[in-house]
Amino acid sequence: MEILAQLGSITNQSLVFATALIFTAMGGIFSERSGVINIGLEGLMITGAFAAGVTAYYAEAAGLGGFSAYVALLAAFLFGVIFSLIHAVASITFKADQVVSGVVINLLALGGTVYAVKLIFDSAQTDTLNDAMLTKVSIPYLSDIPFIGTALFKAYPTTYIALIIVLITFYLLYRTPFGLRLRAAGEHPSSVDTVGVNVFTLRYLGVMISGGLAGLGGATLVLTTTSSFAANTVSGQGFIALAAMIFGKWHPVGALGAAFFFGIAQNMTNVVKLYEWSSGIPEEFMYMLPYVLTILVLAGLVGKAYPPKALGEPYDAGKR
Amino acid sequence: MNKIFAKQSIVVPIVSIFLGLMFGAIVMLAGGYNPITAYNALVSEIFSSRYNIGETIANITPLILTGLAVAFAFRTGLFNIGVEGQLIVGMTAATIVGIEFGYLPWFVHMPLSVIAAALAGGLWGGLAGYLKASRGVNEVITTIMLNFIALYLGNYLIKAFYLEPGTARSYKIEDSASLRTDWMTNLFDGARVDLGLIIALIAVIAFYIILWKTKQGFELRAVGLNHHAAKNAGINVNSNVVKAMFISGMLAGLAGATRSLGLFDAQTIAAAYTGLGFDGIAVALLGGNGAIGIVLAATLFGSLKFGGGGMNYVEGVPNEIINVVIASVIFFVAANGIFKLIIKPFKAKRKQKGAAS
Repeated sequence: MEILAQLGSITNQSLVFATALIFTAMGGIFSERSGVINIGLEGLMITGAFAAGVTAYYAEAAGLGGFSAYVALLAAFLFGVIFSLIHAVASITFKADQVVSGVVINLLALGGTVYAVKLIFDSAQTDTLNDAMLTKVSIPYLSDIPFIGTALFKAYPTTYIALIIVLITFYLLYRTPFGLRLRAAGEHPSSVDTVGVNVFTLRYLGVMISGGLAGLGGATLVLTTTSSFAANTVSGQGFIALAAMIFGKWHPVGALGAAFFFGIAQNMTNVVKLYEWSSGIPEEFMYMLPYVLTILVLAGLVGKAYPPKALGEPYDAGKR
Repeated sequence: MNKIFAKQSIVVPIVSIFLGLMFGAIVMLAGGYNPITAYNALVSEIFSSRYNIGETIANITPLILTGLAVAFAFRTGLFNIGVEGQLIVGMTAATIVGIEFGYLPWFVHMPLSVIAAALAGGLWGGLAGYLKASRGVNEVITTIMLNFIALYLGNYLIKAFYLEPGTARSYKIEDSASLRTDWMTNLFDGARVDLGLIIALIAVIAFYIILWKTKQGFELRAVGLNHHAAKNAGINVNSNVVKAMFISGMLAGLAGATRSLGLFDAQTIAAAYTGLGFDGIAVALLGGNGAIGIVLAATLFGSLKFGGGGMNYVEGVPNEIINVVIASVIFFVAANGIFKLIIKPFKAKRKQKGAAS
């Protein structure tokens, strides 16, 4: 029973780490399935975290209390969408190299947000949030179930939102005409064009949704974990989300599993404290795990991953 | 990708630099700063003393090497976004060799440490090349992942074996491994200019010779221009991919050596990347992947980075503005189709005028 209880709390804690990854990985799926590489996820998360930190601070000051968090989430989503337009304009309209454009997003996000924070707060980080911080919600009855209750049904609202987003992503991609078209734009754009659907619109939507969701991912970090925004708030989470998306083979359910798994890996430092046997493993090795696994997956040692066929190719209607 | 990088035009980089600086000025205006006095502070910071010129050069040196690293892979059609990781691995190797083997004379120890850095970086890059050649794995993703692995591996090795008690860095490297020389240090009033600069300049020449004056370089560039055609011409594409990533990684490793053997004398436990690898992408892009272009681009970005400090304490502009400028310069280089859009209204006006008169 003791172990079960511990496992329950580990799972619960890992979910906190995984939530931001789930949001962002879902975003990555929208973008890459439409054919646009998005290594700018990191930067988009940073803008989301920034928007959340600033908005929540002002909402708190305006007396919105606990409601501030939701205003902040909305702001992060919108800010992510707007910021992702830079990537969309460069890589879709002007056919810039999508990886370069992603690098620009990452550099610009980090530079721009910290610049803005220094202007607004006259300090390298936003002021610490109090009332705006999210608190864990227990789902009545379900949270009373032993083990599963503590593991899954007592979590931050953002975790539930993230799980709902996974369902929506799955439904949109595989059960609606929009999803079919979006995926086709990433596999064979000219056939999409042939049937009269605009590839550019689809790809813009894919990138913008990825911006919004990555923004939510960044906001989650601020509103549940760090309580302020600084240059190191996101520190690589966007790349882990990218890894989760690939490890999950560009599929929402796969990416959900991968994000959860990487959440555990990130939480390992806490787990190490609990178990004698694992104390010999240096924490650095735990941090490495998601990246090593991603390489192994890509190398075909743990199943084979096939990226969307037209990923990275700007669509040019005149080209055959 | 090749379409952009093969473009030799000088117009694109110059217009991009101009637009990038303009964008930076707009951001400064939005923040309530005076961009003219700020840019003025930036320039005067760089040239204010011999020491400052030296420190500017110390900022330029690693950017030349990481720029060359990115460009070398680009020339073979590969996007080495893992220069950052290869740099860290190289730096770690240099630190370890620099701390150990203190009994060697300097003319053996120092070159040995530098070579260790180059080899370690080369192997780290070559690994990504191998995975691409043998397994068809996209190098962009593997190198991003290898960056993180390098960061944690480097930290682990320093922490577990070479940590100086009571500090967050390794032991100092032995003097016999140091890249510093009295004449260079004195020349710049004690600034941290060292043999790293010489290494970087040799690398520039080697970069040019390998790519344009050898059969091997021809093969590498042929693969980069069109790997189907190269294959048909009997060039072994896979082996060239591995070679390109290995050499690219070596250049990145050298950049790492200039840090732990020169700039800092030791290696710090790093919470985050140095950023030099990503700046290398900017340098390579702006420099059009050519030897001279890279030196010029590295000079520009290195100067901006150092001068940004002056902007900060003279005018109070946050340092981050420099990253905004650099990012927007790359944006304009990469999405240079946007120029036409900006120029269009002017052209249209001119036409109207022409029609009226």
